[in-house]
Amino acid sequence: MTSITTDQDMEQTPGPNIVLPGDLLPPTASGLLEDGPTAPVIKLGPGLHPMDDDTITAVKAGVLKHSEIGNRWWVESNQRRYVAAAGESVIGVVVGKTVEHYKVDIGTAQPALLGVLAFEGATKRNKPNLNIGALLYCRISLANKDMEPELECMNPTTGKADGYGELKAGFVSKISLGLARRLLDPKSLVLRLLGQHISFEMATGMNGRVWIHSTSTKHTILICNAIKNSEYLDTQECATMVKNLVQKM
Amino acid sequence: MKEADPSTNEREFLLQALKDGARIDGRKFYDFRTLRLEFGSEYGAVEVQLGNTRVLAKVSCEVIRPYTDKPTEGFLTFNTELSPMASAAFEVGRQTDEEVLVSRLIEKAMKRSRALDTEGLCIVAGEKVWSIRVDIHFLDHDGNLVDAACIAAITALLHFRRPDVTVVGEDVTIHTLEQRNPVPLSVHHIPICVTFAFFDNGERMIVDPTFLEEQVKEGDMTMTLNVHKEVCALSKAGGIPMDLDQILQCTRVAIVKVTEITAQIQAALDTDAKKRQVSRK
Repeated sequence: MTSITTDQDMEQTPGPNIVLPGDLLPPTASGLLEDGPTAPVIKLGPGLHPMDDDTITAVKAGVLKHSEIGNRWWVESNQRRYVAAAGESVIGVVVGKTVEHYKVDIGTAQPALLGVLAFEGATKRNKPNLNIGALLYCRISLANKDMEPELECMNPTTGKADGYGELKAGFVSKISLGLARRLLDPKSLVLRLLGQHISFEMATGMNGRVWIHSTSTKHTILICNAIKNSEYLDTQECATMVKNLVQKM
Repeated sequence: MKEADPSTNEREFLLQALKDGARIDGRKFYDFRTLRLEFGSEYGAVEVQLGNTRVLAKVSCEVIRPYTDKPTEGFLTFNTELSPMASAAFEVGRQTDEEVLVSRLIEKAMKRSRALDTEGLCIVAGEKVWSIRVDIHFLDHDGNLVDAACIAAITALLHFRRPDVTVVGEDVTIHTLEQRNPVPLSVHHIPICVTFAFFDNGERMIVDPTFLEEQVKEGDMTMTLNVHKEVCALSKAGGIPMDLDQILQCTRVAIVKVTEITAQIQAALDTDAKKRQVSRK
Protein backbone atom coordinates (compact mmCIF):
# COMPACT_ATOMS: atom_id res chain seq x y z
CA MET A 1 0.00 0.00 0.00
CA THR A 2 1.31 3.44 -0.82
CA SER A 3 1.50 5.91 1.96
CA ILE A 4 0.93 8.95 -0.20
CA THR A 5 -2.64 9.41 -1.24
CA THR A 6 -3.25 10.47 -4.80
CA ASP A 7 -6.47 10.93 -6.67
CA GLN A 8 -6.12 7.55 -8.33
CA ASP A 9 -5.51 5.70 -5.08
CA MET A 10 -8.59 7.25 -3.67
CA GLU A 11 -10.79 5.88 -6.41
CA GLN A 12 -9.16 2.56 -7.10
CA THR A 13 -7.92 1.04 -3.87
CA PRO A 14 -10.55 -0.10 -1.46
CA GLY A 15 -9.31 -0.73 2.10
CA PRO A 16 -7.96 1.87 4.48
CA ASN A 17 -6.74 5.16 3.14
CA ILE A 18 -3.55 6.00 5.00
CA VAL A 19 -2.50 9.64 5.15
CA LEU A 20 0.66 11.22 6.51
CA PRO A 21 1.09 14.79 7.72
CA GLY A 22 1.38 17.02 4.64
CA ASP A 23 -0.75 14.83 2.38
CA LEU A 24 -3.42 16.75 0.52
CA LEU A 25 -7.03 15.70 0.73
CA PRO A 26 -8.03 14.75 -2.83
CA PRO A 27 -10.17 17.63 -4.12
CA THR A 28 -12.20 15.52 -6.57
CA ALA A 29 -13.39 13.12 -3.93
CA SER A 30 -14.43 15.74 -1.45
CA GLY A 31 -15.87 18.10 -4.05
CA LEU A 32 -13.88 20.75 -2.31
CA LEU A 33 -12.67 22.81 -5.22
CA GLU A 34 -16.06 23.17 -6.87
CA ASP A 35 -16.74 26.85 -6.66
CA GLY A 36 -20.06 28.54 -6.61
CA PRO A 37 -23.31 28.06 -4.78
CA THR A 38 -23.63 24.35 -5.68
CA ALA A 39 -20.40 23.39 -3.93
CA PRO A 40 -21.17 20.98 -1.12
CA VAL A 41 -20.39 22.00 2.43
CA ILE A 42 -17.78 19.79 4.02
CA LYS A 43 -16.98 19.39 7.71
CA LEU A 44 -13.45 18.76 8.87
CA GLY A 45 -12.73 16.67 11.93
CA PRO A 46 -9.51 16.01 13.84
CA GLY A 47 -6.31 15.62 11.85
CA LEU A 48 -7.27 17.81 8.89
CA HIS A 49 -6.41 21.45 8.44
CA PRO A 50 -7.60 23.95 5.80
CA MET A 51 -4.64 25.78 4.23
CA ASP A 52 -4.48 29.32 2.91
CA ASP A 53 -4.59 28.18 -0.73
CA ASP A 54 -7.98 26.46 -0.25
CA THR A 55 -6.54 22.96 -0.04
CA ILE A 56 -6.94 20.63 2.87
CA THR A 57 -3.91 18.97 4.42
CA ALA A 58 -3.60 16.11 6.84
CA VAL A 59 -1.76 17.13 10.01
CA LYS A 60 -1.74 13.69 11.62
CA ALA A 61 -0.77 10.22 10.45
CA GLY A 62 -3.66 7.81 10.36
CA VAL A 63 -6.58 6.45 8.38
CA LEU A 64 -8.64 8.95 6.41
CA LYS A 65 -12.33 8.50 7.16
CA HIS A 66 -15.41 9.92 5.52
CA SER A 67 -19.07 9.99 6.44
CA GLU A 68 -21.79 10.79 3.92
CA ILE A 69 -23.96 12.30 6.61
CA GLY A 70 -22.94 15.95 6.64
CA ASN A 71 -20.02 15.19 4.29
CA ARG A 72 -17.59 14.87 7.18
CA TRP A 73 -13.90 14.06 6.82
CA TRP A 74 -11.45 13.19 9.56
CA VAL A 75 -8.26 11.27 10.28
CA GLU A 76 -8.37 8.41 12.73
CA SER A 77 -5.06 8.13 14.51
CA ASN A 78 -3.70 6.97 17.81
CA GLN A 79 -1.66 8.90 20.33
CA ARG A 80 -1.12 9.12 24.06
CA ARG A 81 -1.08 12.86 24.71
CA TYR A 82 -4.52 14.38 24.92
CA VAL A 83 -5.40 17.63 23.17
CA ALA A 84 -8.68 19.07 24.42
CA ALA A 85 -11.63 19.37 22.03
CA ALA A 86 -14.96 20.95 22.95
CA GLY A 87 -17.85 18.59 23.67
CA GLU A 88 -15.73 15.56 24.65
CA SER A 89 -16.21 13.72 27.92
CA VAL A 90 -13.05 13.37 29.98
CA ILE A 91 -11.89 12.08 33.34
CA GLY A 92 -9.78 14.45 35.42
CA VAL A 93 -8.21 14.88 38.84
CA VAL A 94 -8.63 18.03 40.93
CA VAL A 95 -5.16 19.48 41.45
CA GLY A 96 -5.98 22.96 42.74
CA LYS A 97 -8.73 25.18 44.05
CA THR A 98 -9.42 28.90 43.76
CA VAL A 99 -12.51 30.93 44.73
CA GLU A 100 -14.06 30.64 41.28
CA HIS A 101 -12.45 27.58 39.73
CA TYR A 102 -11.16 24.13 40.34
CA LYS A 103 -7.98 23.27 38.47
CA VAL A 104 -8.36 19.84 36.93
CA ASP A 105 -5.65 17.69 35.36
CA ILE A 106 -7.07 16.00 32.27
CA GLY A 107 -3.76 15.05 30.71
CA THR A 108 -3.41 18.17 28.54
CA ALA A 109 -0.38 20.45 28.57
CA GLN A 110 -2.19 22.90 30.87
CA PRO A 111 -4.61 21.99 33.68
CA ALA A 112 -8.25 22.68 32.74
CA LEU A 113 -10.57 25.03 34.63
CA LEU A 114 -13.88 23.90 36.11
CA GLY A 115 -16.17 26.64 37.45
CA VAL A 116 -17.34 25.97 41.00
CA LEU A 117 -20.92 26.59 39.81
CA ALA A 118 -20.74 24.36 36.73
CA PHE A 119 -22.67 21.55 38.45
CA GLU A 120 -26.32 20.57 38.34
CA GLY A 121 -28.38 22.90 40.51
CA ALA A 122 -25.33 24.63 41.99
CA THR A 123 -25.90 28.06 43.50
CA LYS A 124 -23.62 30.43 45.36
CA ARG A 125 -24.94 29.09 48.67
CA ASN A 126 -25.21 25.45 47.71
CA LYS A 127 -22.43 23.97 45.65
CA PRO A 128 -20.43 20.75 45.79
CA ASN A 129 -17.16 20.88 47.67
CA LEU A 130 -14.40 18.88 46.01
CA ASN A 131 -11.08 18.11 47.63
CA ILE A 132 -7.72 18.00 45.92
CA GLY A 133 -7.26 14.52 44.48
CA ALA A 134 -10.95 14.03 43.72
CA LEU A 135 -11.80 12.24 40.49
CA LEU A 136 -14.27 13.85 38.08
CA TYR A 137 -16.16 12.84 34.98
CA CYS A 138 -16.83 16.03 33.05
CA ARG A 139 -17.41 17.58 29.67
CA ILE A 140 -15.13 20.03 27.89
CA SER A 141 -17.16 23.19 27.31
CA LEU A 142 -14.46 25.32 25.75
CA ALA A 143 -11.19 24.39 24.11
CA ASN A 144 -9.31 27.17 22.40
CA LYS A 145 -5.76 27.06 21.24
CA ASP A 146 -3.29 28.70 23.66
CA MET A 147 -5.90 28.82 26.42
CA GLU A 148 -6.65 26.58 29.34
CA PRO A 149 -9.56 24.29 28.45
CA GLU A 150 -12.78 24.83 30.40
CA LEU A 151 -14.92 22.07 31.86
CA GLU A 152 -18.44 21.61 33.19
CA CYS A 153 -20.14 18.83 35.09
CA MET A 154 -23.59 19.10 33.49
CA ASN A 155 -25.38 19.00 30.18
CA PRO A 156 -25.50 22.63 28.96
CA THR A 157 -28.88 22.28 27.23
CA THR A 158 -30.81 20.68 30.08
CA GLY A 159 -28.75 21.77 33.06
CA LYS A 160 -28.92 18.19 34.37
CA ALA A 161 -25.93 16.21 35.61
CA ASP A 162 -26.35 13.45 32.98
CA GLY A 163 -23.89 11.20 34.74
CA TYR A 164 -21.18 13.85 35.05
CA GLY A 165 -19.75 14.63 38.46
CA GLU A 166 -17.44 13.19 41.08
CA LEU A 167 -16.47 9.52 40.73
CA LYS A 168 -16.34 7.73 44.06
CA ALA A 169 -14.08 4.74 44.76
CA GLY A 170 -13.02 2.57 41.81
CA PHE A 171 -9.76 2.80 39.87
CA VAL A 172 -8.50 4.68 36.85
CA SER A 173 -6.58 2.97 34.10
CA LYS A 174 -4.56 4.98 31.59
CA ILE A 175 -4.86 3.81 27.99
CA SER A 176 -4.14 5.21 24.53
CA LEU A 177 -6.60 7.70 23.02
CA GLY A 178 -7.42 5.31 20.17
CA LEU A 179 -8.40 2.54 22.56
CA ALA A 180 -10.51 4.97 24.63
CA ARG A 181 -12.40 5.94 21.49
CA ARG A 182 -13.00 2.29 20.61
CA LEU A 183 -14.29 1.54 24.11
CA LEU A 184 -17.00 4.15 23.62
CA ASP A 185 -18.43 2.01 20.83
CA PRO A 186 -21.48 0.26 22.32
CA LYS A 187 -20.48 -2.87 20.40
CA SER A 188 -16.98 -2.92 21.94
CA LEU A 189 -15.95 -6.58 22.03
CA VAL A 190 -13.81 -6.67 25.16
CA LEU A 191 -16.49 -4.96 27.25
CA ARG A 192 -19.19 -7.31 26.02
CA LEU A 193 -17.03 -10.33 26.83
CA LEU A 194 -16.18 -9.01 30.30
CA GLY A 195 -19.82 -8.17 30.93
CA GLN A 196 -20.75 -11.83 30.46
CA HIS A 197 -18.67 -12.77 33.50
CA ILE A 198 -18.48 -9.76 35.80
CA SER A 199 -20.80 -6.86 36.55
CA PHE A 200 -19.08 -3.50 36.73
CA GLU A 201 -19.52 0.23 36.27
CA MET A 202 -17.27 2.23 34.02
CA ALA A 203 -16.73 5.71 32.62
CA THR A 204 -14.55 6.30 29.60
CA GLY A 205 -12.82 9.63 29.09
CA MET A 206 -11.72 10.65 25.62
CA ASN A 207 -8.44 11.70 27.27
CA GLY A 208 -7.37 8.06 27.57
CA ARG A 209 -8.59 7.32 31.07
CA VAL A 210 -11.14 4.71 32.06
CA TRP A 211 -12.70 4.53 35.47
CA ILE A 212 -13.71 1.05 36.58
CA HIS A 213 -15.72 0.17 39.64
CA SER A 214 -16.80 -3.29 40.67
CA THR A 215 -17.61 -5.14 43.88
CA SER A 216 -14.10 -6.45 44.52
CA THR A 217 -10.58 -5.18 43.90
CA LYS A 218 -9.65 -8.41 42.12
CA HIS A 219 -12.43 -7.92 39.57
CA THR A 220 -11.45 -4.30 38.98
CA ILE A 221 -7.80 -5.26 38.42
CA LEU A 222 -8.85 -7.99 36.01
CA ILE A 223 -11.05 -5.62 34.00
CA CYS A 224 -8.32 -2.95 33.81
CA ASN A 225 -5.77 -5.47 32.56
CA ALA A 226 -8.18 -7.05 30.08
CA ILE A 227 -8.94 -3.63 28.58
CA LYS A 228 -5.25 -2.72 28.36
CA ASN A 229 -4.37 -6.08 26.80
CA SER A 230 -7.19 -5.89 24.25
CA GLU A 231 -5.68 -2.99 22.30
CA TYR A 232 -3.90 -4.99 19.59
CA LEU A 233 -5.90 -8.25 19.67
CA ASP A 234 -8.37 -9.51 17.09
CA THR A 235 -11.78 -11.02 17.93
CA GLN A 236 -10.50 -14.55 18.49
CA GLU A 237 -7.45 -13.57 20.55
CA CYS A 238 -9.54 -11.18 22.63
CA ALA A 239 -12.03 -13.93 23.50
CA THR A 240 -9.22 -16.29 24.52
CA MET A 241 -7.52 -13.58 26.61
CA VAL A 242 -10.70 -12.77 28.55
CA LYS A 243 -11.46 -16.47 29.03
CA ASN A 244 -7.97 -17.11 30.41
CA LEU A 245 -8.14 -14.17 32.79
CA VAL A 246 -11.55 -15.15 34.12
CA GLN A 247 -10.46 -18.76 34.59
CA LYS A 248 -7.37 -17.72 36.53
CA MET A 249 -9.47 -15.72 38.97
CA MET B 1 6.14 20.77 35.31
CA LYS B 2 5.67 18.20 38.03
CA GLU B 3 3.83 15.02 37.18
CA ALA B 4 0.35 15.30 38.74
CA ASP B 5 -0.24 13.24 41.86
CA PRO B 6 -2.59 10.30 41.45
CA SER B 7 -6.22 10.79 42.47
CA THR B 8 -7.46 9.75 45.90
CA ASN B 9 -9.40 6.93 44.24
CA GLU B 10 -6.28 5.44 42.67
CA ARG B 11 -4.28 5.80 45.88
CA GLU B 12 -6.92 4.13 48.02
CA PHE B 13 -7.59 1.40 45.49
CA LEU B 14 -3.91 0.54 45.25
CA LEU B 15 -3.57 0.30 49.04
CA GLN B 16 -6.75 -1.75 49.35
CA ALA B 17 -5.55 -4.10 46.61
CA LEU B 18 -2.23 -4.57 48.41
CA LYS B 19 -4.17 -5.41 51.60
CA ASP B 20 -6.04 -8.03 49.58
CA GLY B 21 -2.71 -9.39 48.35
CA ALA B 22 -2.90 -8.12 44.77
CA ARG B 23 -1.06 -5.60 42.61
CA ILE B 24 -2.57 -3.41 39.94
CA ASP B 25 -0.88 -5.16 37.03
CA GLY B 26 -1.75 -8.64 38.32
CA ARG B 27 1.78 -9.41 39.53
CA LYS B 28 2.66 -11.06 42.83
CA PHE B 29 4.47 -8.93 45.44
CA TYR B 30 7.92 -10.30 44.64
CA ASP B 31 7.60 -10.47 40.85
CA PHE B 32 9.60 -8.43 38.36
CA ARG B 33 7.89 -7.21 35.22
CA THR B 34 8.81 -8.91 31.95
CA LEU B 35 12.41 -8.08 31.11
CA ARG B 36 13.40 -7.78 27.46
CA LEU B 37 16.94 -7.20 26.18
CA GLU B 38 17.70 -6.11 22.65
CA PHE B 39 21.13 -5.53 21.19
CA GLY B 40 22.00 -2.99 18.55
CA SER B 41 24.08 -3.76 15.49
CA GLU B 42 27.18 -2.29 17.11
CA TYR B 43 28.93 -3.68 20.15
CA GLY B 44 27.82 -2.16 23.43
CA ALA B 45 24.36 -0.91 22.46
CA VAL B 46 21.55 -2.39 24.53
CA GLU B 47 17.90 -1.52 24.93
CA VAL B 48 16.24 -2.79 28.07
CA GLN B 49 12.51 -3.01 28.52
CA LEU B 50 11.14 -3.63 31.99
CA GLY B 51 7.38 -3.64 31.56
CA ASN B 52 6.75 -0.23 30.08
CA THR B 53 10.01 1.28 31.34
CA ARG B 54 12.58 1.55 28.56
CA VAL B 55 16.26 2.33 28.87
CA LEU B 56 18.94 2.51 26.20
CA ALA B 57 22.62 2.13 27.08
CA LYS B 58 25.54 2.75 24.73
CA VAL B 59 29.18 2.18 25.54
CA SER B 60 31.99 4.03 23.80
CA CYS B 61 35.72 4.31 24.42
CA GLU B 62 38.66 6.60 23.75
CA VAL B 63 42.34 6.74 24.64
CA ILE B 64 43.36 9.43 27.12
CA ARG B 65 46.17 10.30 29.50
CA PRO B 66 45.67 8.94 33.07
CA TYR B 67 45.93 10.96 36.29
CA THR B 68 49.50 11.23 37.51
CA ASP B 69 48.68 9.73 40.91
CA LYS B 70 47.02 6.70 39.32
CA PRO B 71 49.12 6.04 36.21
CA THR B 72 47.70 2.58 35.48
CA GLU B 73 44.01 3.23 36.10
CA GLY B 74 41.59 3.50 33.22
CA PHE B 75 38.41 5.53 33.39
CA LEU B 76 34.81 4.46 33.65
CA THR B 77 32.18 7.20 33.44
CA PHE B 78 28.42 7.08 33.42
CA ASN B 79 26.25 9.67 31.78
CA THR B 80 22.52 9.57 32.47
CA GLU B 81 19.98 11.55 30.53
CA LEU B 82 16.39 11.91 31.70
CA SER B 83 14.76 13.60 28.75
CA PRO B 84 11.15 14.74 28.36
CA MET B 85 10.75 11.70 26.10
CA ALA B 86 10.53 9.52 29.20
CA SER B 87 8.05 11.67 31.08
CA ALA B 88 6.68 15.20 30.78
CA ALA B 89 7.97 15.81 34.30
CA PHE B 90 11.58 15.88 33.08
CA GLU B 91 13.04 19.02 31.57
CA VAL B 92 16.04 19.44 29.34
CA GLY B 93 19.08 20.87 31.04
CA ARG B 94 17.68 20.84 34.54
CA GLN B 95 18.44 17.96 36.84
CA THR B 96 15.62 16.88 39.10
CA ASP B 97 16.35 15.29 42.47
CA GLU B 98 15.28 12.00 40.99
CA GLU B 99 17.83 12.23 38.20
CA VAL B 100 20.67 12.96 40.61
CA LEU B 101 19.60 10.04 42.77
CA VAL B 102 19.38 7.65 39.83
CA SER B 103 22.78 8.54 38.40
CA ARG B 104 24.43 8.40 41.84
CA LEU B 105 22.93 4.97 42.46
CA ILE B 106 24.13 3.58 39.17
CA GLU B 107 27.60 4.92 39.76
CA LYS B 108 27.63 3.46 43.24
CA ALA B 109 26.45 0.07 42.01
CA MET B 110 28.89 -0.15 39.09
CA LYS B 111 31.99 1.78 39.98
CA ARG B 112 32.37 1.26 43.67
CA SER B 113 31.60 -2.43 43.47
CA ARG B 114 34.60 -2.63 41.12
CA ALA B 115 32.58 -4.55 38.56
CA LEU B 116 34.91 -3.42 35.79
CA ASP B 117 38.65 -4.00 35.97
CA THR B 118 39.95 -0.45 35.46
CA GLU B 119 43.59 -1.55 35.74
CA GLY B 120 43.03 -3.71 32.69
CA LEU B 121 42.29 -0.59 30.67
CA CYS B 122 45.90 0.58 30.87
CA ILE B 123 47.85 0.68 27.60
CA VAL B 124 51.08 2.45 28.59
CA ALA B 125 51.45 3.31 32.28
CA GLY B 126 51.28 7.05 32.89
CA GLU B 127 50.84 7.72 29.18
CA LYS B 128 47.76 6.09 27.67
CA VAL B 129 44.69 4.42 29.15
CA TRP B 130 41.24 3.58 27.86
CA SER B 131 38.37 5.72 29.02
CA ILE B 132 35.08 3.84 28.90
CA ARG B 133 31.92 5.89 28.81
CA VAL B 134 28.42 4.53 29.30
CA ASP B 135 25.58 6.73 28.06
CA ILE B 136 22.23 5.83 29.56
CA HIS B 137 19.13 7.26 27.93
CA PHE B 138 15.71 6.85 29.50
CA LEU B 139 13.11 6.43 26.78
CA ASP B 140 9.98 5.67 28.75
CA HIS B 141 9.27 6.05 32.45
CA ASP B 142 6.95 3.62 34.16
CA GLY B 143 8.74 3.35 37.47
CA ASN B 144 11.89 1.63 38.69
CA LEU B 145 14.35 3.48 36.47
CA VAL B 146 17.28 2.39 38.64
CA ASP B 147 16.91 -1.35 38.12
CA ALA B 148 16.33 -1.00 34.39
CA ALA B 149 19.29 1.37 34.01
CA CYS B 150 21.55 -0.90 36.03
CA ILE B 151 20.66 -3.94 33.92
CA ALA B 152 21.18 -1.88 30.76
CA ALA B 153 24.56 -0.54 31.89
CA ILE B 154 26.08 -3.85 32.94
CA THR B 155 24.72 -5.69 29.89
CA ALA B 156 26.15 -3.01 27.62
CA LEU B 157 29.55 -3.32 29.31
CA LEU B 158 29.46 -7.09 28.92
CA HIS B 159 28.48 -6.77 25.27
CA PHE B 160 31.04 -4.09 24.42
CA ARG B 161 34.28 -4.85 22.58
CA ARG B 162 37.13 -2.39 22.49
CA PRO B 163 39.68 -2.24 19.64
CA ASP B 164 42.76 -4.37 20.11
CA VAL B 165 46.11 -2.64 20.73
CA THR B 166 49.71 -3.72 20.35
CA VAL B 167 52.53 -1.97 22.15
CA VAL B 168 56.08 -2.22 20.80
CA GLY B 169 58.40 -0.19 22.98
CA GLU B 170 56.91 3.29 22.88
CA ASP B 171 54.83 2.73 19.78
CA VAL B 172 51.15 2.05 20.27
CA THR B 173 49.06 0.68 17.42
CA ILE B 174 45.29 0.65 17.71
CA HIS B 175 43.83 -1.89 15.32
CA THR B 176 40.53 -1.18 13.66
CA LEU B 177 37.66 -3.62 13.98
CA GLU B 178 38.40 -4.92 10.48
CA GLN B 179 42.09 -5.60 11.16
CA ARG B 180 41.68 -7.59 14.34
CA ASN B 181 38.89 -8.99 16.43
CA PRO B 182 38.03 -6.47 19.13
CA VAL B 183 38.47 -7.58 22.74
CA PRO B 184 35.86 -7.69 25.50
CA LEU B 185 36.29 -5.74 28.72
CA SER B 186 37.17 -7.72 31.79
CA VAL B 187 34.13 -7.63 34.02
CA HIS B 188 34.70 -9.13 37.46
CA HIS B 189 31.08 -9.69 38.45
CA ILE B 190 27.58 -8.62 37.48
CA PRO B 191 25.97 -6.30 40.03
CA ILE B 192 22.18 -6.14 39.72
CA CYS B 193 19.94 -3.65 41.49
CA VAL B 194 16.67 -4.74 43.05
CA THR B 195 14.35 -2.00 44.26
CA PHE B 196 11.76 -2.54 46.98
CA ALA B 197 8.86 -0.26 47.83
CA PHE B 198 7.14 -0.27 51.21
CA PHE B 199 3.54 0.40 52.14
CA ASP B 200 1.45 0.35 55.32
CA ASN B 201 4.28 1.34 57.69
CA GLY B 202 6.56 -1.23 56.12
CA GLU B 203 4.04 -4.06 56.60
CA ARG B 204 3.86 -4.69 52.90
CA MET B 205 6.83 -4.82 50.60
CA ILE B 206 6.92 -5.16 46.84
CA VAL B 207 9.62 -5.61 44.22
CA ASP B 208 9.99 -3.54 41.03
CA PRO B 209 7.40 -0.78 41.69
CA THR B 210 5.57 0.81 38.75
CA PHE B 211 5.22 4.56 38.40
CA LEU B 212 1.91 4.63 40.28
CA GLU B 213 3.28 2.45 43.05
CA GLU B 214 6.29 4.78 43.32
CA GLN B 215 3.96 7.74 43.73
CA VAL B 216 1.99 6.09 46.52
CA LYS B 217 4.84 4.30 48.38
CA GLU B 218 5.93 5.24 51.89
CA GLY B 219 9.54 4.31 51.47
CA ASP B 220 11.93 2.42 49.25
CA MET B 221 15.25 0.68 49.28
CA THR B 222 17.59 -0.38 46.50
CA MET B 223 19.87 -3.34 47.00
CA THR B 224 22.71 -4.21 44.67
CA LEU B 225 23.95 -7.77 44.71
CA ASN B 226 25.70 -10.26 42.47
CA VAL B 227 25.20 -13.99 42.00
CA HIS B 228 27.95 -14.75 44.51
CA LYS B 229 25.58 -13.42 47.21
CA GLU B 230 27.75 -10.35 47.80
CA VAL B 231 25.97 -7.13 48.67
CA CYS B 232 27.63 -4.44 46.53
CA ALA B 233 25.54 -1.47 47.61
CA LEU B 234 22.49 -0.68 49.65
CA SER B 235 20.72 2.59 49.37
CA LYS B 236 17.83 3.86 51.39
CA ALA B 237 17.21 7.57 50.99
CA GLY B 238 14.56 8.59 53.50
CA GLY B 239 11.17 6.96 53.88
CA ILE B 240 9.96 4.93 56.80
CA PRO B 241 12.32 3.23 59.31
CA MET B 242 12.80 -0.51 58.97
CA ASP B 243 13.62 -3.52 61.13
CA LEU B 244 16.74 -5.62 60.69
CA ASP B 245 14.55 -8.66 59.94
CA GLN B 246 12.92 -6.87 57.06
CA ILE B 247 16.24 -5.97 55.49
CA LEU B 248 17.38 -9.58 55.78
CA GLN B 249 14.10 -10.67 54.21
CA CYS B 250 14.80 -8.21 51.36
CA THR B 251 18.23 -9.71 50.73
CA ARG B 252 16.70 -13.18 50.55
CA VAL B 253 14.19 -12.02 47.96
CA ALA B 254 16.81 -10.00 46.09
CA ILE B 255 19.24 -12.88 45.71
CA VAL B 256 16.58 -14.96 43.94
CA LYS B 257 15.80 -12.07 41.58
CA VAL B 258 19.49 -11.41 40.91
CA THR B 259 20.07 -15.05 39.98
CA GLU B 260 17.15 -14.97 37.56
CA ILE B 261 18.15 -11.70 35.93
CA THR B 262 21.82 -12.66 35.61
CA ALA B 263 20.81 -15.91 33.91
CA GLN B 264 18.62 -13.97 31.50
CA ILE B 265 21.40 -11.50 30.68
CA GLN B 266 23.86 -14.35 30.04
CA ALA B 267 21.35 -16.17 27.84
CA ALA B 268 20.67 -13.02 25.82
CA LEU B 269 24.41 -12.37 25.39
CA ASP B 270 24.99 -15.95 24.25
CA THR B 271 22.18 -15.81 21.69
CA ASP B 272 23.53 -12.53 20.35
CA ALA B 273 27.08 -13.89 20.13
CA LYS B 274 25.83 -16.89 18.14
CA LYS B 275 23.87 -14.64 15.82
CA ARG B 276 26.95 -12.54 15.15
CA GLN B 277 29.04 -15.60 14.42
CA VAL B 278 26.51 -16.85 11.89
CA SER B 279 26.28 -13.50 10.14
CA ARG B 280 30.07 -13.25 9.90
CA LYS B 281 30.22 -16.58 8.05
